[in-house]
Amino acid sequence: MKLRNVTILAAFAAALMSSAAFAETTELTVYTAIEAEDLARYAETFTKSHPDIKLNFVRDSTGVVTAKLLAEKDNPQADVVWGLAATSLLVLKTEGMLEPYAPKGVELLKPKFVDKDTPPAWVGMDAWAASICFNTVEGKKLGLTEPTSWKDLTKAEYKGHIVMPNPASSGTGFLDVSSWLQLFGEKDGWAYMDALHENIGAYTHSGSKPCKMAASGETVIGISFEFRAAKSKKEGAPLDIVIPSEGIGWDMEASAIVAGTKNLEAAQTLLDWSISKEANEMYNVGYAVLAMPNVAKPVEFLPADIESKMIDNDFEWAANNRKAILDEWTKRYDAKSEPKS
Amino acid sequence: MAAATDILMPSGRALRQSLDKDELIKRGLLVVISLYLVLSLAAPLYVMLSKSFSTYSFDLAAFEFQVSDKLGNFGEPATAAALNEKLAAVPPEKLATSSDGRLPATSFFPDFSFRSPVKYKIRGTTDDASFLIGTQLHHGTEWQEVDSNTFRRIMLRPARALGLENYTTYFSTPTLFRSIQNSFLIALISTIFTVGIAFGFAYALNRSKMRFKGLFRLVAMAPILVPSLLPGIALIYLFGNQGMLKSLLGGISIYGPLGIVIGSIFFTFPHALIIISTALAISDQRQYEAAASLRASKWRTFWVVTIPGARYGLISAAFVVFTLVITDFGLPKVIGGQFNVLAVDIYKQVIGQQNFEMGAVVSVILLIPAIAAFFVDRLVQRKQVSLLSARSVPYEPKPNRRFDLVCLAYCSLVALFIAGIIGICQYAALVKFWPYDLSLSLKNFAFGRMDGGGWASYYNSITLSLLTAVLGTVIVFVGAYMVEKTEGFRTGRTAFHFLAMLPMAVPGLVLGLAYIFFFNNPANPLHAIYGTMAILVVCTVTHFYTVGHLTALTALKQIDREFEPVAASLKQPFYRLFTRVTVPICLPAILDISIYLFVNAMTTVSAVVFIYTTHTALASVAVLNMDDAGDTAPAAAMGMMIFYTNAFARILHVAVSKGILKRTQAWRAR
Amino acid sequence: MTAAGNTAYLQIEHLWKAFGEFHALKDISLDIKEGEFICFLGPSGCGKTTLLRAVAGLDLQTRGVVRQGGRDISTLPPSKRDYGIVFQSYALFPNLTIERNIAFGLENTKRPRVEIDARVKELLALVGLPDQAKKYPAQLSGGQQQRIALARAIATSPGLLLLDEPLSALDAKVRVHLRHEIKGLQRKLGVTTIMVTHDQEEALSLADRIVVMNHGVIEQVGSPTEIYRHPRTLFVADFIGETNKFDATVAAASVSFGAKAFRCAPHSFANGDAVVAAIRPEDIIPHGPGSRSPGAPDVVKSPENLIDVTVGEMEFLGSFWRTRLRGGELGDEELIADFSVNATRRLGLAEGGALTVELPADRLLVFPQGERHGGGH
Repeated sequence: MKLRNVTILAAFAAALMSSAAFAETTELTVYTAIEAEDLARYAETFTKSHPDIKLNFVRDSTGVVTAKLLAEKDNPQADVVWGLAATSLLVLKTEGMLEPYAPKGVELLKPKFVDKDTPPAWVGMDAWAASICFNTVEGKKLGLTEPTSWKDLTKAEYKGHIVMPNPASSGTGFLDVSSWLQLFGEKDGWAYMDALHENIGAYTHSGSKPCKMAASGETVIGISFEFRAAKSKKEGAPLDIVIPSEGIGWDMEASAIVAGTKNLEAAQTLLDWSISKEANEMYNVGYAVLAMPNVAKPVEFLPADIESKMIDNDFEWAANNRKAILDEWTKRYDAKSEPKS
Repeated sequence: MAAATDILMPSGRALRQSLDKDELIKRGLLVVISLYLVLSLAAPLYVMLSKSFSTYSFDLAAFEFQVSDKLGNFGEPATAAALNEKLAAVPPEKLATSSDGRLPATSFFPDFSFRSPVKYKIRGTTDDASFLIGTQLHHGTEWQEVDSNTFRRIMLRPARALGLENYTTYFSTPTLFRSIQNSFLIALISTIFTVGIAFGFAYALNRSKMRFKGLFRLVAMAPILVPSLLPGIALIYLFGNQGMLKSLLGGISIYGPLGIVIGSIFFTFPHALIIISTALAISDQRQYEAAASLRASKWRTFWVVTIPGARYGLISAAFVVFTLVITDFGLPKVIGGQFNVLAVDIYKQVIGQQNFEMGAVVSVILLIPAIAAFFVDRLVQRKQVSLLSARSVPYEPKPNRRFDLVCLAYCSLVALFIAGIIGICQYAALVKFWPYDLSLSLKNFAFGRMDGGGWASYYNSITLSLLTAVLGTVIVFVGAYMVEKTEGFRTGRTAFHFLAMLPMAVPGLVLGLAYIFFFNNPANPLHAIYGTMAILVVCTVTHFYTVGHLTALTALKQIDREFEPVAASLKQPFYRLFTRVTVPICLPAILDISIYLFVNAMTTVSAVVFIYTTHTALASVAVLNMDDAGDTAPAAAMGMMIFYTNAFARILHVAVSKGILKRTQAWRAR
Repeated sequence: MTAAGNTAYLQIEHLWKAFGEFHALKDISLDIKEGEFICFLGPSGCGKTTLLRAVAGLDLQTRGVVRQGGRDISTLPPSKRDYGIVFQSYALFPNLTIERNIAFGLENTKRPRVEIDARVKELLALVGLPDQAKKYPAQLSGGQQQRIALARAIATSPGLLLLDEPLSALDAKVRVHLRHEIKGLQRKLGVTTIMVTHDQEEALSLADRIVVMNHGVIEQVGSPTEIYRHPRTLFVADFIGETNKFDATVAAASVSFGAKAFRCAPHSFANGDAVVAAIRPEDIIPHGPGSRSPGAPDVVKSPENLIDVTVGEMEFLGSFWRTRLRGGELGDEELIADFSVNATRRLGLAEGGALTVELPADRLLVFPQGERHGGGH
């Protein structure tokens, strides 16, 4: 009786295993911070050309995905990271968590979209850049002029009307701060932020919120990033998207293979595809600046000169000085952060 | 025979009862459920505590350098420690850092120039020493030779150690320290207001003959059905920069302490009301008659009879509200503006800066007031119970037109506040684009377009709530039964009871963080449940364990203690008594526990925010994340979905309870 | 069941129960014969319930042996022992009907349903409630509920029936009535029964033998008349019935208190020992005037124990007058006597009158001093 049970069990198990073998699909666990509505489209496009690879997405905001990856450092759950801020991938790289790989066609990409090491630990997809969302309706009501540069934001007339992300919790916020330090130099950069702080109404936890607050008139000026602004504008928000004249900080969405993956081949396939022309065209729906040159078409509501305004961002410097910068920022501004009344 | 008094008891071991199958099963069950609480509560908290002592610092003795002359001939190697001793370049307090700390290697070479032809070598003196060349991580004792341009890109990485440095850092960081003051201030102010308002409401409900009492009770309980951050959203619509009633505040910003206090009053009000109302309901008619016969004025009677009678309830309510406010995280996150509080600090440290160690430190600090409040509350509760058991004649209010009208007006005002907040959320959920397009639409319910997990998160929440309600009730009730209705094994039962009471004192955020540390460890055999629905169920059941446990205990205590001996003498196994008698008798309490768990699983944010994953995203967390991303209207919409669901579950609960009671509790009627 | 022989059915040997430093039972030994009705009697806290629970296996004794029918059950769990139990609270399952309550121990035993139903019917008839099968406990009176509890306890025909203050929760009339029924039922079934009670009347009327307990020890074991007539300790004399107590000194065959030496029951004290002399109020015999002279109408058994007293307050208690006697050779002592209504009328007793009473020598008992505090009544 017992023996028979075992036989049945064994047969059952064998059947299960063989059915899995016949399908020959590989499952990849992909960690991503790609916007929810874009992700569905990306996944569909990939699956069309690669039916043999099944992607299981773990999607969350940049901060959460990064925290999750770091928390799982000793026992990574992800096979691939597809669409995470390059600054975050740099952090992962310095923890030795990425598997270097040069995807097919990597030489076709703009050099700044590829990790400097050979083989590169990560490759970029597209870029997003800081920008200012200005609510024209509320601005008019309050008689405010539209700013054109970062320096403009320190003018007394904007006091209490500017919202920016907190760099300690938002990648966009950190991107702003690190770009100002690179643009203006360390000393002037902090002096600039001191002045700006006098005008700030609130520091938000997320990078897109300032623009959404500007869109709904909760604030007049939101320091955010450009594709968020374009989306809000598309929804009917009375926004102007300002690209400050000094230049703008930027980051890219990038991809990498997680070291120790059991599905290296499939992971490489995904990475190859992620920098293909097809993929770049797909990214172009929301993003104006792509890793592959000469593919990008203009995106609705987005200014055409974004790429030329992007500063020569030193990601390594930003990543290696992240803690020092945040400590300094927190000391200067968070301690004083009583509500403005 | 009286001489027996002088005989001494023979020495030796006390007799022990031989165990029958029944007793073995019982003890087995107790062990299993104790194990559940140990694994879901004690062990994670312990791991978290030890994490808070896990520090990172630069171990300078672990790095060794060699510098060449201009021609490339290297000199003697020297450790960073030796160099620092000579130069005092890095003061000792700068050596303490966090897990992502970096120390430029150039710190030890004051005359370093990246244009110099001098070359450098670096290596670790131990296998664990790690450093970065650019962004490349290097380990171990092999020499790495670099030119001076590359040398400036070398960063030393910290090593792990044990110590109190995290706490020192915490208390010497003014921002973080400030949060403690802020948290206490907010909790204190909210407590005073909530308890005051709830007392008035409870007084009107218990001591007046005003109309619509049933309606008021219903409205007063509504805040329990929504996540704590929902009032924050409503307040933004009311008093934000585009708020409908912004002018009322006269320029004071709703973002900050004001918003947190108002929102806290909203979401803690029902909790305070329940406790104070119970305290007022048990007061003794005879005391009032005595006061009246002594011709005491109403005012004097109030201070001499009413307040002392309700004092334990008031103290208990105050502590509950205080704990709820100081540990709440949703509300300050939504409407706190730049006003930092402890609960949000944990979130910022962990999610924003990936500084898990500091998150653990803040968690430990947050545990202190919560545990203190818990013990004071237990003390007070014990006294309250003795008050309850006294035989008294319940107070029967007499009609008094003026007083009743005042009560009606007061309660209407409070009810209007509660209904208004929920009404505003409903409105926010339906407005197309606040404040520029006020036409109504359902577009905010298209959650798929937002962060937070879309409709799937809503269905996940339903699954979580159902599983929590069913499994949680089973675990809680069986556990309470084992504590209350088994003989012997006293130490085990006492320990279990303590564990069961502990969750009340553990803030959800702390529990959630402890879960990351404990379950997300590949060495832990329970690691498999990490990232699944199972861990969310375990976490939620544990987070809300205490109230269910107490409810079950109260119900079980009312059952005759002699049922178990009778059943044993009739040679019936305990589980037969349990299923045929105990459970049917306790059915009302069991249903109460399950609806409590369901509603809380729908609204909880704090405990699960650290452990949900994309596949197990939850509606309540979606509210938080959507609001975080600036999608306030969809956040309100999801919040309302939670409200509808909980309201529906509540109605269903009442209907089912009535139905089941009618069928199975026929014996209650004489 | 075999007829009650000399071998004990239940043997309790050197039982101790310790709660920390406190000893609730001290070296208790007791044999109970098959078919006997035993009452554990004593004030609250005397250990009687503890002893019953030890026998039931509900609170295990710290030391000692319990044997039932020759089997050592000392450490067996309740389910492995053989008894039925009835508690003061009835402990009926409120959500089950009367018949399901009674059937609770019969179900789950592979007995056919028909057999169970028949047994339930039989038991309901036995306790005199044949029509109540479908009702719920809450629909019955207290007395009825206790009968159901009794029926449930004997449903499985246990060898031992344990009753823990079964009548205390009932009012006086029902209590007396049910007392008789329990006795009748016990006789009919012949089941060995132990009942715990603090009510002496209950014990006296029900028990074959009474076990009087105090402070964790057995004071006396005996038939109701033995216990009442021949209390072995002052505690027993005091606890059961009323007793006059006097500090006294003994001589060979007499005891002195007040201003007189009385002849007393045999004792083993040495001359001059300080003792307590005790006599029950109803044992005091009133005599008419001239009863000291020979040929008087009353028979005087102990002429030397006659004293002249003054009648103090008289309290009418229905069947007798409780009378306080003072003066004469009583000195400062006061004697309480119960006189029948007949005797009172015959002798024309009235407050303030003079009277001669006899303290019969065999009813005047002597106990060691230092036990007086033991009285609990």
